[in-house]
Amino acid sequence: MHLACILPEVILTLAGVLIMLVDPLLPRTASRKPTGWFSVLAMVAAFAASAWQLHLAPGTAYYGVVQTDAFSVFFHLLICGTVLVALLAAIDSVRPEAHDMGEFFALILLGTVGMLLMTSAVELLLVFIGLEISSISTYILAGFRRRSGKSIEASIKYFLLGSFATAFFLYGIALTFGATGTTRIAAIAAALPHTTTPILAWTAVGLILIGLGFKVSAAPFHVWTPDVYEGAPSPVVALMSTAPKAAAFAVLLRIFYGAYPSIQQHWWSLFWVLAAVSMTLGNLAALRQQSVKRMLAYSSIAHAGYLLVAFTSFSLQGIAAASFYALCYVAMNVGIFAVISHVGGYDDHLWSITDYRGLAYRSPVLCGAMAFFLLSLIGIPFTGGFFAKFYVFSAALQQGMFGLAIIGLINSGIAAFYYLRLLTALYSKPAQGSPVLAVPRMSITLGLAILLSASATLLLGVVPRSSLDLAQRGAGTLFQTGHPAQAAVQVVNDAPSQ
Amino acid sequence: MAFDMYLVIFLIFGALCIAGALNLLLQRHPINSALSLIVVMTSLAVLYLLLGAEFLAAAQVIVYSGAIMVLFTFVIMLLNAGEEERTRGSRAAYLVGFPGVAALLGLLTYIFLSVRMPLGNAQLGGGTLVTTSDLSRVLFRDLLLPFEVTSILILVAILGAVALARKEES
Repeated sequence: MHLACILPEVILTLAGVLIMLVDPLLPRTASRKPTGWFSVLAMVAAFAASAWQLHLAPGTAYYGVVQTDAFSVFFHLLICGTVLVALLAAIDSVRPEAHDMGEFFALILLGTVGMLLMTSAVELLLVFIGLEISSISTYILAGFRRRSGKSIEASIKYFLLGSFATAFFLYGIALTFGATGTTRIAAIAAALPHTTTPILAWTAVGLILIGLGFKVSAAPFHVWTPDVYEGAPSPVVALMSTAPKAAAFAVLLRIFYGAYPSIQQHWWSLFWVLAAVSMTLGNLAALRQQSVKRMLAYSSIAHAGYLLVAFTSFSLQGIAAASFYALCYVAMNVGIFAVISHVGGYDDHLWSITDYRGLAYRSPVLCGAMAFFLLSLIGIPFTGGFFAKFYVFSAALQQGMFGLAIIGLINSGIAAFYYLRLLTALYSKPAQGSPVLAVPRMSITLGLAILLSASATLLLGVVPRSSLDLAQRGAGTLFQTGHPAQAAVQVVNDAPSQ
Repeated sequence: MAFDMYLVIFLIFGALCIAGALNLLLQRHPINSALSLIVVMTSLAVLYLLLGAEFLAAAQVIVYSGAIMVLFTFVIMLLNAGEEERTRGSRAAYLVGFPGVAALLGLLTYIFLSVRMPLGNAQLGGGTLVTTSDLSRVLFRDLLLPFEVTSILILVAILGAVALARKEES
């Protein structure tokens, strides 16, 4: 029973260690692609194991440190699926002569272990260790293009700011312990109403929010995002802009709804401000970008803002909307970065919006996929992006957050402008006299990666029912972990009707 | 007046700890920073002792002040780090950074001072975490999984160090 609760993590750890053991035994000149295929296989196995966990009775293991429930399974499936697509996009995008690809794939697998642990941990110490595993592996992956100064700069910036953010998070955990005498999420929820030092708990909430705000790149903690996304190799950006963020959002949901529901009146306004600032700053800055990767970096900041809107709504619908938004966001974002990692190349020789002009004439299939992801990022109906925004804003409106919903809708309009600018560039004729750079043929793995993410985005926009059901089941288990949470929900939900 | 004595010891070593940490940042020569780190580690050990965690205090002295610091000084001496290049620093850091740090410090100081009394009798784990066997019960039973998963964390860090430091063949 204990091992079953961490089965996906065990599979990925074993696979990662195996790759590291086999890699030095391969001849120096041998291609490292088989290690990539092996990691794809391991990720599929982890995905299947997570889906199988749904049939287990919800419960904790290892003395109440990890919890398997619909919420953790939802995020397990989301993360495994995303990393799978990112792996498929990476296998053929990286240089064929590279000798360090064994480490590349092992780092991705072990980093995924950290993300999975973050989503299922109900002990803050384990959350912290999972967060560190996932962060450290992404710091290294960001610097994998070692000949490029930009890549090294990205890695160092990400490392310094990320470690700084983790320190805030850790301090928040320490003060939580000071206020409640425990680091178990359910126990914190139970002890919090009786604490003699509530001000410590409020400070802890602020520090934890700062730490995780960095990880999900919410403004004003977003400054690292554009530089890091620009410098890191595109297949790595496909990974790090999606799966670790989803894991951090899962942690935010678990900590704030699982451990701190009783002081919700103190933290919801922080989320209000974070959401409004992230949406506005992200979209306004994206308008001015020339580089496609920088533009998408700012767009991801804005999307973090939309997702944070759901946190202001203290209800089951709010949690379900946030989870569903995370799912749609990773599906379309990993897809568009998979396209970019092929079109732009591993060394980013095509980077500006002007370079992307006339892509439709060079490579219609790739261009069609990119256009579809852009439409989903705008939030056009029949794409995942539409329903994601719809549920988030309706959850906010249910709680009477009219101001935030209006800010969000205005922002969606601004966002449409810069997405459409790239979209029209894709379908317009290349500028006279500019050299037409050839796009290499699409490989089967990349085609598979794009097909998977595009069909996920399409299915989420046409038949969102089943994934939304799972998100709602997950939201339900989140509220059950601490009984005071349910009581608090009752109070909050009853308040407007009186 | 045992409580007052604890408070005095706490204040002395707390101040020493912060002063050591500041000195660590302000010193220009790496070896001086490393020596200030020893001050920080040792004062932390005294603070652990005040909280009733004898084993943790002893481990702190042996592992951090002893083994890890020796390693640090060895590395610094082997690398023989020269003088660093000095810059004036960015203006943004002066305009925003220092007031920001001052505000954060002020806020935390205010918070800690306003709840000073309850903090006076804080105890690790409800006061049950005293002996080695208590500690091992926590480490190998209650927190077994986080303890084991730390090995993955270290593995990832080693892997990264190897991947980033390896010479690239051309």
